[in-house]
Amino acid sequence: MPNFGLVRQNAVVSATPKSTIRDSLSISITVGAYGIAFGAASVAAGFSILQTCLLSLLTFSGASQFALVGVMGSGGSALSGIATAALLGFRNGLYGLRMSPLLKPSGLKRFLAAHITIDESTGVALSQEDLGEDAMRSGFWFTGLGVFLFWNLFTFAGALGAQSMGNPAAWGLDAAVPAAFLGLVWPRLTSLSDRILSVSAMFLALALTPFVPVGLPIIATAFLALAIGLRRP
Amino acid sequence: MTMMWWGVIGTSTAAFGLKYLGHAIPHRYLEHPAIQKTNMLIPISLLSALVAVQTFAEKSRLVLDHRAVGLAVAAISLKFRAPFPVVVILAALSSALVYHFS
Repeated sequence: MPNFGLVRQNAVVSATPKSTIRDSLSISITVGAYGIAFGAASVAAGFSILQTCLLSLLTFSGASQFALVGVMGSGGSALSGIATAALLGFRNGLYGLRMSPLLKPSGLKRFLAAHITIDESTGVALSQEDLGEDAMRSGFWFTGLGVFLFWNLFTFAGALGAQSMGNPAAWGLDAAVPAAFLGLVWPRLTSLSDRILSVSAMFLALALTPFVPVGLPIIATAFLALAIGLRRP
Repeated sequence: MTMMWWGVIGTSTAAFGLKYLGHAIPHRYLEHPAIQKTNMLIPISLLSALVAVQTFAEKSRLVLDHRAVGLAVAAISLKFRAPFPVVVILAALSSALVYHFS
């Protein structure tokens, strides 16, 4: 899925640009296949197949998409869903800062480059650094467009599958969503302080749940991250 | 227009806007170490909060049900380095089993 954080482990720096294409394609198919989970979760949360497919086409950022359907599916307002998704999409902007001097896209191409600026395209581009800027650029475009293609195809498949299932709880889809979030956060917990932040955020969100509207407890935990991140070292 | 449509349009606009901003604004802007660090931490806190709320809350009520079993199975399979689809499928299967037999 886009923004999954798997790239650094999967992308192998290798000797020829042909291998750049191979890296890009293998990541595109593997990561794109996770679109099935999103398609199913989105339909189970009450979004139509059309809305689900539009989210993958237009938002194209896995964690943000999962966040929106998670918050709104459990009764949160559109605004808190959008706010959570936007906070999760912020890092794509920072990837763009890193990628634009490399790609130097102009006009329409800049729109396209921005749209496919995600964890995977950025990760593969950076992993090709030893092979030169051409390989980095190929890595970015092949991976970004490849993930886009497969992510959208698999989203559609997952949405169709979930629609024919009926009651989400009977098929475990209501547990698949938090499991997917856990799978998204797990590779990010590399240090003890990351794990403490993770557990604190869980407790804070649950502690706030009975008292504030659905969706806000999640956004509130962003302040934990802000408090730690902006602290003087 | 339904709430869901606002969600789709708002999220897509925000996601693309943030991506485009990164390509459009002058470089070295936002490259402050504190911002870079916060940028790594925000997904951790938001995704963790989502894990907890999606498992242990029903609207504004805290509950303990079949989803907790699914989450426990997901955590165990991640511990054993299972790939993402396997994690999600095992969580769904175990949760569905408990749902049917409780």
